[in-house]
Amino acid sequence: MDELCTGLCRLMVDSGADAGLAQFLSLLVGVLLVSGVPLLTVILLIWIERKVAARIQDRIGPNRVGPIGLMQTFADLLKLLGKEDITPTSADRWLYNAAPLVSFASVVLIWAVVPFTPFHYGVDLEIGALFFVAVASFGTLAIMVAGWASNNKYALLGAFRVVSLLVSYEVPLVFALLVPVLLAGSMSMLDIVNAQTGMWFVVLSPLAFVIFYVSSQAETGRAPFDLIEAESELVAGFNIEYSGMKFGMFFAAEFLHVFTNGILMALLFFGGWLGPLYYESPLIAFAWLGLKGGVIYLTTLWLRNTVPRLRIDQIMAFNWKFLVPLSIANLIFISAALKVMQEIGWAPRDMIGAGFGELVPTTVVLLLINGAMIIYLLGILRKRGQEARRESQATRAALAHAAADQGAA
Amino acid sequence: MNILNEWAFVGLFAVMAPVFPALPIVIAWLFRPRKPNVLKSSTYECGVETIGDTWVQFRVQYYIYGLIFLVFDVEMVFLFPWAVAYNEMSLFGFVAGFLFIFLLTDALFYAWKKNALDWK
Repeated sequence: MDELCTGLCRLMVDSGADAGLAQFLSLLVGVLLVSGVPLLTVILLIWIERKVAARIQDRIGPNRVGPIGLMQTFADLLKLLGKEDITPTSADRWLYNAAPLVSFASVVLIWAVVPFTPFHYGVDLEIGALFFVAVASFGTLAIMVAGWASNNKYALLGAFRVVSLLVSYEVPLVFALLVPVLLAGSMSMLDIVNAQTGMWFVVLSPLAFVIFYVSSQAETGRAPFDLIEAESELVAGFNIEYSGMKFGMFFAAEFLHVFTNGILMALLFFGGWLGPLYYESPLIAFAWLGLKGGVIYLTTLWLRNTVPRLRIDQIMAFNWKFLVPLSIANLIFISAALKVMQEIGWAPRDMIGAGFGELVPTTVVLLLINGAMIIYLLGILRKRGQEARRESQATRAALAHAAADQGAA
Repeated sequence: MNILNEWAFVGLFAVMAPVFPALPIVIAWLFRPRKPNVLKSSTYECGVETIGDTWVQFRVQYYIYGLIFLVFDVEMVFLFPWAVAYNEMSLFGFVAGFLFIFLLTDALFYAWKKNALDWK
């Protein structure tokens, strides 16, 4: 994007345009090009989401409009255009209208730092990873604002759940994000991908990937963490009062956020565009990134449509008593092991440019540590599961006993 | 791209990002029907009029989670530079970061023991 902007700028200055204006216009073209990718994919994503959900639930899904229902999203868009937009009289008008904009904008803004290929990206910020964390939390704010401004009790309940849920899951998310940053020694997305030339980070630290995966599923507010919407208890949660296009924007934002997380996971843990022949052409690099991101995205859809919703106390306990300590322990073990290996010279000082051969000892040691942690964790989980089962059996037996007593009397 | 230009790009992106969702809403505003009435624009609940104010004080548990989150949020911001400098760090710098994480993990276990993490 850099060369494109400078080239465009020079072209305009050469043809007699004002330098400042030329710079602004070339930046604008860059912004439109980069943001065009998420805006175009979201149209496809809505269709994919519905189709996958339908297949998992043994339905056919949209298949009437266009070939295999591909035009369904456009039909929906047209329908939403004709819908009346109702703003409750008791709502806070300004915040109520701003919330869907912020919700969608926060997701689009992430794409400013998402590189598509080694040469095609918006900006390669030195603090790319931190930028992602900062911008993504705007989505939380939008949902909170929507719930509060609607002045509706269901909406407010949903919004309060969001604050506790999304804010809590941000902690393990960022702790997991620290692992690739630490391994690459940089927050820039390009550097993180380049540092994986020798070995993907998912191999060096599978636990960090699992933590990131679970908490990003929670960040998007999807099953099993979908209690911000919780159709059966809160009717629709925070977006209950929204109708027409504003409602549509909340949904588009959610769908896009899920896909964005898939792409981010591909970049952070699966080496982004790294794959056979990626250096031959940017198209191949882009295809690798899309393939990896797409597969991760499909697994999140699969998860969403398979598991039931959890209760809020279970969700919070799972986060604070399991995921957060685990993510801290993971960070400590990984960093300690790597530091020791760097000191005795087994691991390279810099991952960027390190070949596969140099990384073999590092990979083996880190994998062993991760494996030990996973086995230990599975042991804990099994013990907790047995305890819970014994408890519930005891309650059930007591209840049956009481019922039998009543029957005898 | 120099650093000023980079942030100009991000700034322009931030200005343009809300425009994309605003466009369809504005287009819809041109086409959509407008037939408001008192019942339609009243607060949706279950058919009867809502009782009481919505904007009230809420249960304290949410606030406690917020406080614990704040501790960790600040911790994480401090850990990012540590992670970036990790490769060039001496063992001393590493141990210093280690102690920092340890102190805040301590806070988590304190909150745990005080039952602040239980949903009540």
